[in-house]
Amino acid sequence: MGTISATLIRAGRRFLSSLPALFGVLVFTFLLMRVLPGDPAVFFASGPSAGKEEIEIVRKQLGLDRSLPEQLGIYLYDVGRGNLGRSMMTGQPVARDLRQRLPASLELTLTALVIALIAAVPLGVLAALRPNSLIDHGVRLFCSLGVCVPTFVSGLLLIYVFYYLLGLAPDPTGRIDIFASVPPARTGFLMVDFLLAGDFEGWWAAARQLMLPALTMALFVIAPLARITRASMLVSLGSDFVRTARSIGLSRWQIVVTYALRNAMLPVITIAGIVFSTMLGANVLVEKVFSWPGVASYALDALLVSDYAPVQGFVLLMASIFVVVNLLVDVLYGIADPRATVA
Amino acid sequence: MSLIGTSSGLRHTMWVLRGNLVTATAAAGAILLALIAIFGPMLVPYDPVASDVPRALQPPSALHWAGTDQLGRDVFSRLIVATRLDLAIAVTAVSVSFVIGAVIGSLCGYVGGKLDHAIGRFVDVLMAFPLFVLAMAMVAALGNRVENIVIATAIINLPFYIRFARAEVNIRRNLGWVEAARACGDGHVSVVLRFLLPNVLPAMAVQMSLNLGWAILNAAGLSFIGLGVKPPTPEWGIMVAEGARFISTGRWWLVSFPGLALMLTVLCFNLLGDGLRDILDPRMRT
Repeated sequence: MGTISATLIRAGRRFLSSLPALFGVLVFTFLLMRVLPGDPAVFFASGPSAGKEEIEIVRKQLGLDRSLPEQLGIYLYDVGRGNLGRSMMTGQPVARDLRQRLPASLELTLTALVIALIAAVPLGVLAALRPNSLIDHGVRLFCSLGVCVPTFVSGLLLIYVFYYLLGLAPDPTGRIDIFASVPPARTGFLMVDFLLAGDFEGWWAAARQLMLPALTMALFVIAPLARITRASMLVSLGSDFVRTARSIGLSRWQIVVTYALRNAMLPVITIAGIVFSTMLGANVLVEKVFSWPGVASYALDALLVSDYAPVQGFVLLMASIFVVVNLLVDVLYGIADPRATVA
Repeated sequence: MSLIGTSSGLRHTMWVLRGNLVTATAAAGAILLALIAIFGPMLVPYDPVASDVPRALQPPSALHWAGTDQLGRDVFSRLIVATRLDLAIAVTAVSVSFVIGAVIGSLCGYVGGKLDHAIGRFVDVLMAFPLFVLAMAMVAALGNRVENIVIATAIINLPFYIRFARAEVNIRRNLGWVEAARACGDGHVSVVLRFLLPNVLPAMAVQMSLNLGWAILNAAGLSFIGLGVKPPTPEWGIMVAEGARFISTGRWWLVSFPGLALMLTVLCFNLLGDGLRDILDPRMRT
């Protein structure tokens, strides 16, 4: 009971201390927007051919004639109300576009994270159990190579092997076949929506479509996760409590999983938070390779046609997600190691 | 740490290299890459931007070692010529953030107080962004040019160098030999430049080698999504992007070879960085 409230207090305190960074992020994205090339007033008027007066009117409407601090205030107020501007590309409010597309990105990233953890933790544990064995060297080689292959290359090579050569994967574009029926959007997560609709055939189709992009992203982050699992397992396997557990005669499984692994999880959780940040970045590349209709490909499309409000909204969203994830990592940390909440 | 450069340091380095084949190979690879970057464009068998449409999309052969692309350009020649641009972007970006980071970081570590606090906050804000996304937004903001890829890559590397230099200077600033230098009448600038920085630089150089690989991946990623480098300039990221259209019809060579070039280059710098770290500080060996 005490641990739960301590964890909550810790989470709250951490949240408060992440507020300045969040404010900095807001100011930074605002400034980025201000130095962007081109005059937004010209864009928002009917085009470069618009008359001078028309542009002046639009400039006033957009508040661009005011001083910089005033504009920052207006921007903060707008963001506070959830108004991120309007996309010229889709003609819709950016906030709505992002909300529609976020589930696709999250589904991809979370699936990739789960795959990466399922692969990396056992690999790291096996390598730590037999240091300098064949499996240890194999894992190390895999880790060294894993961080060197760019995500976009491994994604394309996976397409080559699984779609072109083996024919196992479906056409690698988008979340689902364009002619397939889409389940009623309840959560936006296709896998969940198909399950809720009881459409298992559709679920399987969506799962197959998700497999390659998720695998691509997972491959990129297995290396740091496996490496840190191995290192921290080595420390905890060599510690006194494991020796004690051995001398008591506990089963090998119990020693490794219950005692050593639980204590080795802290650094893994920390790295998982950092890894999540690189995954948010890698999202841009993976969504581009697989034409995945997520927030990153939305921002990218907007960027290439000089539509800046979506880009700004996207950067803000990613930074906010990252702050929230760091907060979550901290809470998990407290749960995994109750001593951390005392400090 | 300051062993490096002296003759005993050189002997130590040679000893480590001899015992460590991987690092020696990586060092040789890095030298080879530098040679390719300098002399490659003079040696290539084909003009990297000359198209030859009748010979488009040919698989690797004795004539075209890495095949030809959709315009009939020789992929191998383009790979070689691209080395210079890719390395130049990464090396410039990392050097810029190395120098700026070392100056700002050691200033923060030495002076402390309000300046340290303010810059610490700035670094916190930078670190609150997923770094690739930040680089992407900066290239968008500054304009879609190669120089801006360099600037963006330099800025996302900056926090690591600032933090590193700050921490290293901070733990040393009140040590005996620094006090002694001050007692001998050395000014603050002189203490930082002559006594503190030289002790921090070797460790930062290791960081630099490790960062080079990361910078190359970042820059290639940016040009893959269409930022910075413009076609028909040969560059590994853009070559992959152009080849991507042909992968689902089985033209594997357009993606695989630039991908392999990226991978080997990054691997080379990573292994070199690990090796340098072993030479400088055997305790940090993993």
